[in-house]
Amino acid sequence: MNKIRYNNYRKIKELVLRNSMLFLTVISLSFAVIIGISLYYKSVPILDQQSLWSLLSGESWRPLKGEFGFYPFIMGTLWVTGIAILISLPLCLLSAIYLSEYAAPYIKKIVFPMVDVLAGIPPVVYGVWGILVVVPFISTTLAPHFVEFSTGYSVLAGAIVLAIMIIPLMISVFIEIFDALPGGLREASLSLGATNWQTIKKVVLRKSFPGLAAAVILALSRAFGETIAVLMVCGNVSEVPNSVFDPAYPLPALIANNYGEMMSIPMYDSALMLSALLLFVIILAFNAISRLVLIRIEKNFAL
Amino acid sequence: MIPNLLRIEKHIDSPTEKFKVMKESQNQVAVDQIFKTKPHISVRNLNVYLTKNHILKNVSLDIPDKAITCIIGPSGCGKTTLLKTFNRLLQNSVDVKIEGEVLVDGVNIHGKDVEVENIRKKMGLLSQRPCPLPMSIFDNVAYGPRIHGTRNKRKLYEIVKNQLEAVGLWEEVKERLKAPAIRLSIGQQQRLCLARGLAVSPEIILGDEATSALDPIATTKIEQLFLSLKKEYSIVLVTHTLRQARRIADYVAFMYMGELIEFGSATEIFTNPKHQLTRDYIGGSFS
Repeated sequence: MNKIRYNNYRKIKELVLRNSMLFLTVISLSFAVIIGISLYYKSVPILDQQSLWSLLSGESWRPLKGEFGFYPFIMGTLWVTGIAILISLPLCLLSAIYLSEYAAPYIKKIVFPMVDVLAGIPPVVYGVWGILVVVPFISTTLAPHFVEFSTGYSVLAGAIVLAIMIIPLMISVFIEIFDALPGGLREASLSLGATNWQTIKKVVLRKSFPGLAAAVILALSRAFGETIAVLMVCGNVSEVPNSVFDPAYPLPALIANNYGEMMSIPMYDSALMLSALLLFVIILAFNAISRLVLIRIEKNFAL
Repeated sequence: MIPNLLRIEKHIDSPTEKFKVMKESQNQVAVDQIFKTKPHISVRNLNVYLTKNHILKNVSLDIPDKAITCIIGPSGCGKTTLLKTFNRLLQNSVDVKIEGEVLVDGVNIHGKDVEVENIRKKMGLLSQRPCPLPMSIFDNVAYGPRIHGTRNKRKLYEIVKNQLEAVGLWEEVKERLKAPAIRLSIGQQQRLCLARGLAVSPEIILGDEATSALDPIATTKIEQLFLSLKKEYSIVLVTHTLRQARRIADYVAFMYMGELIEFGSATEIFTNPKHQLTRDYIGGSFS
């Protein structure tokens, strides 16, 4: 009798634990939905007034006149993030290959903590460094070779700072991906007389391609949302940039710069909420697309 | 002066000379009676340390040409380590120190002027679990030839067909050469890996417990392949199962705790082992 009751008690305990954990999981995941819904709810007023297409394609941003064109901000976001990825991807890929395939163990022991340090620097420090180093470098040294005049506060400055910020993330994820490959794979290729580089090019990179693609998407969505450091160096002029030396105004910077005054101008709050929603949707779409692409790759490549 | 010296060294390095030197060497385990042919791989006083652990202790051994040599012994006795020194895959591991010589056709493969890719090309490796490369069946077999510069499509097709036929896989996969190799059954994958190794026309086949992940039928197929391949290749197999060694080995090396205890022809080792440890291991006192 005693034994049976004891068993029941354990069963109930198990059940309670399991369900409470489920409950907590659902709560934490539902925040994504809650945030999405509340952003949409808040941006309904402006959507009622103007069509979504005219908002997205409008180029003029004059809140006092009621003109809210998001096109420059969307383009600013894409420029800065795209160029940041262009800069950091080859850098990170090659360093990760070196560290995981070639480097001696003691080099890894030195480099890994340094990568962690890079990851731990607060964004605002990157921003200040950008203002003091990157911006003057661009305006005095780099830009005069290409354009007549640039203040230095530009797409390029934002992209460089952003690239440096996502380097630690990308390197560590890339290395994790390479290290997760079965060791026999490299041995199989090497034992056929392939060089290290042939093995990397034809086997390691091929096998880890889906993982690498996912890592780049992850870095992209991280880069999309990065606010403060980019805001400090990219100029914040609401015009569509024509070159990398033009200033840009990414969406997160728009929100962060203007939330203080958004209540004093009609529709301004709604417009800012819409820009937050845009950011949210862009990141969501990127994740969804990357999932689909990964599934396609895994099916079609003979992995 | 220096060229002369080199020539003298080369002279000693030539297989016949080494063979004579080896015959005189005292470290040998009954080599002279066994060999009818020159050894293909000669191991001389090999010591291997992995992270300061003494894995191989003064191993000297001659692998005969065109025969199956099985390396047996309990787990952790250094069988796989010994095998990996043959194609220098060991040096990829962390913190490894190798002393002594491994001579393939009389050339010390751990020497400084040896190109490691050429050594590995001479040896097909069959690992414990089949490890198909992330590409199609065709590309797997064509991988080696392509790396070594074969571009001609018809030639590649010939090689792939021949090698897949050699391992008895052609009939099973000829309809789906473009399919990912990973979709084959595990036994088929292991035969594919063998075909892939044969495609670079090696002289030696190394097997690291090559059948331990396979079912009995696939194992039989691989063993049959080894038996037919030994006419053209020297085969070295590390094996856990004594029965497998009994079935296919021509020569057997018994290792224990990093030392080579006994080496001899299979009949000799299995019917009349000289060493007590060998007798106990064969008799099943420990495994």
